[in-house]
Amino acid sequence: MHARADAPDTAPESSVLWPDDIFATLQRFDVRQVPYVPDAGHSKLINRVLASPTMRGIPLTTEEEGVALLAGAWTGGQRGVLLMQSSGVGNCINMLSLIPILRFPFLTLVTMRGEWGEFNPWQVPMGSTTQGVFELSGVQVLRASHAAEVPAVLEAAAAQAYNALTPTAVLLSQRLIGAKVFTK
Amino acid sequence: MSKANLLDRRQVVSTLLANRKDVVAIGGLGASTNDMCAAGDHARNFYLWGGMGGAAMIGLGLALAQPKLPVLVITGDGEMLMGMGALATIGLQKPANLSIAVLDNEAYGETGGQTSHTSAAADLVGVARACGIKDSLSVTTMAEVEAFAKAVHDVSAGPRFANVKIDSASLERILPTRDGTYILNRIRGELGFQPI
Repeated sequence: MHARADAPDTAPESSVLWPDDIFATLQRFDVRQVPYVPDAGHSKLINRVLASPTMRGIPLTTEEEGVALLAGAWTGGQRGVLLMQSSGVGNCINMLSLIPILRFPFLTLVTMRGEWGEFNPWQVPMGSTTQGVFELSGVQVLRASHAAEVPAVLEAAAAQAYNALTPTAVLLSQRLIGAKVFTK
Repeated sequence: MSKANLLDRRQVVSTLLANRKDVVAIGGLGASTNDMCAAGDHARNFYLWGGMGGAAMIGLGLALAQPKLPVLVITGDGEMLMGMGALATIGLQKPANLSIAVLDNEAYGETGGQTSHTSAAADLVGVARACGIKDSLSVTTMAEVEAFAKAVHDVSAGPRFANVKIDSASLERILPTRDGTYILNRIRGELGFQPI
C-alpha cells in the first residue's frame, strides 16, 4: 500500500497544486538546471520540469553531484535548484563546502521523511538531523508544512538564494506531502 | 607501480592546454590542479582545492549552461573514482562540448602514494563507455594526447573521455590561487557575466 495518511493529500497527484506553485516560482526566477534524485513527494514537480522547454531536469546518481553541478552552472551563467529527499542531505555534506568557498547561488528543495507519522524507522535518524546538518554547513533552512504557505516560502527562499547569495534549503514537511503508509 | 613508457603528467597537461583558445579547464583536487597551474595560470582555469569527486560534475553544469564552449575536466584517478557516478550522469546528458581527461598514476599521490583501484582492477575507460560515453579511450602516447587536445575543440561530438596512464613521480608543487570566489568570478568575467 502506498496510500497517503494525511487526509487532504490522499487525493490524486493532479489535484495537488503546491508543486505547480513551486514550478511557477522557479520559472519566474529563471531557473534553468534542475538536478534531482527522485522522491515520490517531488514526482509532480519533476514531471513539470521534464516537460518544460526552459528547464533541464538532470537525474543524479547521488545528491552531492547536484551541488557540484550547480557550481558549474553558475560559472556558465545559469541558476539551478537541487531536488532531493531528506536522506540525500547527508550524502551532500562535504560537497556543501563548495558553496561558501565559491559563493554561487544555492537553493535546494527537500521532501522530508522520518517525521510526522513516519512508518519506516530507517528514515528517522537522517530525517531528524536534516535541519541540523544544513545549519552546521552554513545553509539557511525554511520550512513549509501546509500547501497554503508554499508560495510565500518559495518566493522568500528563491529571492534570498538568487539575489543575496544566501544558501537556502526549503524543507517540504512530511505533513505537507503526506506520510507513506505501508501498514495500519 | 613502475611500468615502462608511462607519460609525464606535466607534459600531458601542457599539451592538453597548449592551443586552448576559449577552453575552460577544470582541475580536480590534487596534483591535477597543480599541473594546470604549472602549464601557466589562465583566467579560464578552474582550480579545485576541495570537493573531491566533484570536478566532472562542475564540468557538466558549465557545459550544459554554455553548449558552444569547450569544457575540459582534468583530474586524477582517485578523484574520478570518488565521483564515478558522475560518468553515468554525464552519459545520460551527453553534453557534446564536455571532455574529461583522467591522469591515472594508479595512486593517491597527495597522501603518500597509496595504490588506487585502477592499479589492479578498476578500468575507468570501461566504466565511462559502459555509462554511455562512447568516445572513451585509453591513452598511452603523446601523439594520442595531442589528438585528444584537438578533439576537445569539437563541441559537436562529445562527450569524450580519456584515461591517460602517467608515471607516479611526485613533482615540485606549483600552487595555484586558493581563492575560490576569485577563481569562479574570473571565469565568469571571461564569459561576459557581471558580478551580482
